Amino acid sequence: MGILTFVTWLDNSALAHGIRDSRWLFPVIEACHLLGLAVLGGCVLIVNMRLLGMGLRGQSASEVASDVKPFMLTSLAVMLVSGFLLFASEAIKCSDNTAFWVKMSCLALAIIATFTIQNRAIQIEGRSRGAFQVKLAALVSVLLWAGVGVSGRWIGFS
Amino acid sequence: MFPQIYHFVEWLDQTPWSVALHESIWAYPIIESVHVLCLCLFLGMAILLDLRLLGITLKRVPVKELADRLLPWTIAGFIIMVITGVLLFYGIPVRTYTNIFFRIKVALLILAGLNVWYFHSGIYTKVAEWGRDFKPPSKARMAGMASLILWAGIVVAGRMIAYNWFDKDH
Repeated sequence: MGILTFVTWLDNSALAHGIRDSRWLFPVIEACHLLGLAVLGGCVLIVNMRLLGMGLRGQSASEVASDVKPFMLTSLAVMLVSGFLLFASEAIKCSDNTAFWVKMSCLALAIIATFTIQNRAIQIEGRSRGAFQVKLAALVSVLLWAGVGVSGRWIGFS
Repeated sequence: MFPQIYHFVEWLDQTPWSVALHESIWAYPIIESVHVLCLCLFLGMAILLDLRLLGITLKRVPVKELADRLLPWTIAGFIIMVITGVLLFYGIPVRTYTNIFFRIKVALLILAGLNVWYFHSGIYTKVAEWGRDFKPPSKARMAGMASLILWAGIVVAGRMIAYNWFDKDH
């Protein structure tokens, strides 16, 4: 099934119609997306700031990361579900939008980075060697997530 | 309500900078984007502080230490939110001022501010006694819960400003 076929099917689905036809459903889903963004943003920032040597310097990076992990995973789930619903309601329009694909690419890379290089950085942080790689991983992570946010805003303006 | 304020807002609406801001292709969207994305910094850090007050996360960090480390960032974020927020208002003053969701947002912002002030001048002054507890005293927990609820309301109300459901000229 090609992308256009899937997107057209989704755009015509009962789910999409339901969201489009309802006056309040779209704003509610958007609100969830925004609130999830606040929590996810906070978690991404607090962990990467720590890896960069800022913020909660009194704790180890792995302690900070494991403490906020439930919130990071939950808010990410909220973002993915609400994001999918927002996409479904305007599937054809979104898939035709460059900004949307930039966002999806950044999102995929950000998620991969979080579960690979960022996790590794959290493990090796504090040891005498590898300090540069830790900071680099944190910077890449933050920039990718920032890319998701910025391109997300860009969708609305193109 | 408050005709003097309305006349002032109408005057703002006519100033050249306001018109320029409203009509610019890039300036308003960029300011709006900064406002929305900055909430990750401001609200993200504030949420972590509130969750600590509720005894839900970062429990091994003493409250005062968490606050001391995070507040500079929340303050910096808040300043950016205020500056961009004021500019957003200034770009479309009359419509924003008369928008019901904007008024709700301002009311909630005032309540959130009062909550912060009450917390800092009250139970927080005794943080040396309870700051290391995994579960802070009930006044601190209530402040944290109130903060989360109020800010959630502020975010939602802010998003709804763009919807002109109840605008007068519709």
